[in-house]
Amino acid sequence: MSIKNSRMTATELIIARHANRDRVTPGEIVNVSVDLCMSNDATTLLTEKIMKERMKTNMVWDPSRVVIIVDHQVPADSIDTSIVQQGMGRFVDEQGIEKYHTSDGVCHQVMLEKYVTPGSLIMGADSHTCSYGSIGAVSSGVGSTDLAAIWASGETWLKVPETVRFILDGHLKPFVSAKDIALHLISLVRANGLTYKTMELSGPGLTPLTVPERFTICNMAVEAGAKSTMIIPDNAVIEFFKQLGRPFDNQALMAELKETENAPCSAEINVDLGALEPLIACPHYVDNVRPLSEIEGLKIDQAFLGSCTNGRIEDLREGAQLLKGKTVAPHMRFLVTPASVNVYKQALEENLISIFMDAGAVVNHPGCSTCWGAHQGILAPGQRMVTSGNRNFKGRAGSPESEIYLASPSVVVASAIKGALTHPKEVI
Amino acid sequence: MGNAWKFGDNIDTDQIIPSQYLVLPTIKDMSKHAMEPQHPDFGKTFTPGDIIVGEVNFGCGSSREQAPLVLKELGVQVIIALDFARIFFRNCINNGILPIEHPCAKEISDKDILEIDLQNGVIFNQNTQKKYHFNKIEGYLAEILDAGGLPEYIVKRKEKNG
Repeated sequence: MSIKNSRMTATELIIARHANRDRVTPGEIVNVSVDLCMSNDATTLLTEKIMKERMKTNMVWDPSRVVIIVDHQVPADSIDTSIVQQGMGRFVDEQGIEKYHTSDGVCHQVMLEKYVTPGSLIMGADSHTCSYGSIGAVSSGVGSTDLAAIWASGETWLKVPETVRFILDGHLKPFVSAKDIALHLISLVRANGLTYKTMELSGPGLTPLTVPERFTICNMAVEAGAKSTMIIPDNAVIEFFKQLGRPFDNQALMAELKETENAPCSAEINVDLGALEPLIACPHYVDNVRPLSEIEGLKIDQAFLGSCTNGRIEDLREGAQLLKGKTVAPHMRFLVTPASVNVYKQALEENLISIFMDAGAVVNHPGCSTCWGAHQGILAPGQRMVTSGNRNFKGRAGSPESEIYLASPSVVVASAIKGALTHPKEVI
Repeated sequence: MGNAWKFGDNIDTDQIIPSQYLVLPTIKDMSKHAMEPQHPDFGKTFTPGDIIVGEVNFGCGSSREQAPLVLKELGVQVIIALDFARIFFRNCINNGILPIEHPCAKEISDKDILEIDLQNGVIFNQNTQKKYHFNKIEGYLAEILDAGGLPEYIVKRKEKNG
């Protein structure tokens, strides 16, 4: 068994288990059982309509494996939005779905805190579902029709992805963060470089990265087109789940996954973390990455700290530490949205929220908020935003004539203080 | 036969249907806003049979299935691009839209008149008089496309298996 396993990557091993097969090879199409599936307010009702009207199926296959999270527009900001959320409440009641969250945070953060486990296979009707490879799950985003088929049957078809392995080495310099790693990897392979592939991260440079940092990198893999991500779980993952109060200790699975670390893959890319500097993804493409130093001083109107990419307690701490005792620039609209209620409560306890508010920030209830662009902090024509979120597409946060710059939490906060793109060392 | 609507690289699903319109009650309502940030009149002037042509990474970004659905509502049957983002590619197949990956996307200009022969896998550009062959989708995916989409395929399979 172990000899067979050693020829498969961790992603292939997990897919094989869920396909009830000894082994699978990249490129083949297999049917897999799904451990958990997730949808949110942007996708749930369309999925219901497809399942009922076009698939002629009235009930989900197993309500205990269906997670439904309201996060994109919380609280509802219009009559139309409220009708959508009302419909979701009706649907979960009718189906007996208990894993239903109306205001607990961004779906991926809530999934991380409450449900995902290493070795599982999870599909979600949201493109950033690829994030859960950060703890050793195979997870991928799908559309509503694919999700409807999963709701109806508990299964889906997958093309087994090739694995591209990024071997990280070296240590990050001060003020360089996981977000900069993510932007660097995307700029290396470009926006379609990992299409239909899985991004596996490994190497000595990975070991010191915490689970939240790993989550940031895996979250953004879809911006390079990746289907899924994989980090073979190690002690950091065990420690993370212990602190979360949801211990994971399946040593047999850990050992099996560890054995796959040198399995053949389609490409290996070496990355020296020590060479990185703070980066910015410029409008209107995530792979339009430039060193911050090249565009420092560009005037901005809005700064956003939050999202499933960078709205965790570690990100708020990083921002608050820079901001303490200072105020944001005149006319700056600075928005802070913790990724979940748990993060929010922790930030309150650590007095981070008062630091943000004293500095002039607007603190929003947890959710996708400004990152998804239809809710809080909409940009006017000509305005520029620097954000810790994940997309800078044209018009993503309001007017097609506005501009979005993606950066790390500390660059976002330094820029909010100065009113222009700023290196964090300038505000210490 | 139809007019080509030519777009560039990385047309993401926020371009195809901006997020603020996703709460509109029907796909028909949303479809009026299709491609709005790129082409404000697209939803009002696209004629069934016209063909969308993109370049690199067409359909990247969010998984929102409203993207292929608004295009289908407007009468899009075929999209040609150099390559497609994965989720959008699946969403097209699942809704009976044929995504054709072909290098000819680079040589097609806006408003060129294209003839597409699905049976034989041929694209003919009337303006340049160039003819291109594309590989037809086969196997499981072709069965889904032939049924008109994944839901129809599942229902058909269920009926067949009794």
